[in-house]
Amino acid sequence: MSENCCAHAASAKVHDTAHAASNHAASNPETSGPTRWPDGQLLGLSGVGVAVRGKQILSGVGLSLYAGQIVTIVGPNGGGKTSLLRAVIGDLPLTSGIITRRPGLRIGYVPQKLAIDQTMPLTVSRFLAMSGASSRDTRLAMLERVGAGALAGRQMAALSGGELQRALLARALLRAPHLLLLDEPTQGLDQEGTVGFYRLLETLRREEGVGVLMVSHELHVVMAQSDHVLCLNGHVCCAGEPEAVAVHPEYRRLFGRGDDEVLAVYQHHHDHSHG
Amino acid sequence: MLELITADFMIRAALAGIGVAMIAGPLGCFVVWRRMAYFGDATAHSALLGVALGLSFDLPILFGTALVASALALVVAQLTRRSGFAADTMLGVMSHAALALGMVAISQLPGLRVDLMGYLFGDILAVSRQDVALIWAAAAILGSLLIWHWRALLTATLSEPLARAEGLSPERLRLGFMLALALAVALAMQVTGLLLVTALLILPAAAARALARTPEAMAMMAAGIGALSTVIGLVLAFLIDAPAGPMIVTSAFFAFLTTTLIGSLTARA
Repeated sequence: MSENCCAHAASAKVHDTAHAASNHAASNPETSGPTRWPDGQLLGLSGVGVAVRGKQILSGVGLSLYAGQIVTIVGPNGGGKTSLLRAVIGDLPLTSGIITRRPGLRIGYVPQKLAIDQTMPLTVSRFLAMSGASSRDTRLAMLERVGAGALAGRQMAALSGGELQRALLARALLRAPHLLLLDEPTQGLDQEGTVGFYRLLETLRREEGVGVLMVSHELHVVMAQSDHVLCLNGHVCCAGEPEAVAVHPEYRRLFGRGDDEVLAVYQHHHDHSHG
Repeated sequence: MLELITADFMIRAALAGIGVAMIAGPLGCFVVWRRMAYFGDATAHSALLGVALGLSFDLPILFGTALVASALALVVAQLTRRSGFAADTMLGVMSHAALALGMVAISQLPGLRVDLMGYLFGDILAVSRQDVALIWAAAAILGSLLIWHWRALLTATLSEPLARAEGLSPERLRLGFMLALALAVALAMQVTGLLLVTALLILPAAAARALARTPEAMAMMAAGIGALSTVIGLVLAFLIDAPAGPMIVTSAFFAFLTTTLIGSLTARA
């Protein structure tokens, strides 16, 4: 019963935050009240349910994502985070609800893992070229941008986890996406790489208005970087602005240990406090 | 002796074999990348049923084998998705069921003495002018389709979710690939016989892997190695009086050993 109650509270909040967040995206200001397809909105989920091999993974997930907004999905393993991203790209059928994308929406997707068979010879440069029309210079510049300039001639199957993540991100960005879907994009990255990655994300959303839907386990960064946090455990446990989520009972139950640290880091990064 | 090697039937055999190799090589690369070797076997085994079908309805053998192999591809694709069985179990069931059914069906054909060995091990020396023309036409069509969808197929082979996120349809690509493979198997059967069809797909691709740095290079090398193995195999078969199909596959195997050795030596240097 408490879960239902919680999910309800969350879905109400989703819309509030989404509207609030779109303002600082320097896109069109939102009119109040729910409109069917608001300006600046990239993605809308409503009552989404997903089943994998007959097993219900997700139910009743609602979310609105706007240009320039970073929405982070947190939650325990098996909570349905990856399944939600796969549902958004259309790789998993919905058992209920609806997912709407802005017409013509270009998505850049960074999967959680990419098992490249040793039998396929594939250089990073060739892998990037496969994503669509792009010049050699553009591809090299993109590799530089994600901190992987030295990888161009390397074989994909021989990359380390962090290097593969960079290559995948470069490919996603080469599509000049409106929306980035990132599934644990910093796994395998070293400290420096992680910092660089979040800096890049910040630039992308501020300068190019890219919307980001990201799965992450790095709670402290999530809290500092996201406009909106969605805590998934088969359903939406809680959702809203990071500081609201961090003190939410459901969230505390799932991630109890790190609360103090989370809040400390959050406040460190912002000059205003939240009581 | 040189006259015999350049005899008409040898030229036709070489042309047929090279035509098949040109398409089997690149398709074989995808078979290797997608780990579908067993699927190649299953479609090849089902082709015997196609032979029986062709003989009993007086249709061209190639038509019958292509038809049955395509049907098997569709059935396997559907069953794997719906039944709870793993793909290799499903393929094992279909592959051997099709082979057994084909043998039973051929034994029941009235008043015909069928050269079963010819179908099992191939009879490349007996291909006609029309066969050669048909093989080259089919190879040209399959080759164009493959080039046309190359990038999409490659992306879907790497990752189906990634392909879908980029607006492609992995299911349609997979189905199209399976049908192309079924047709290629029907063609290749004439060269090596149905027991060795998969070898013509896998061996040149595996041999090319050691030398290639990009997927495109691997596909082209596989075609070249297949064609070379065909010619060498044919000549050797003639010289030592061995069956042509198995000799071609043996040549491809030695090509595989050679390139793998070269590959491991140059990697160390």
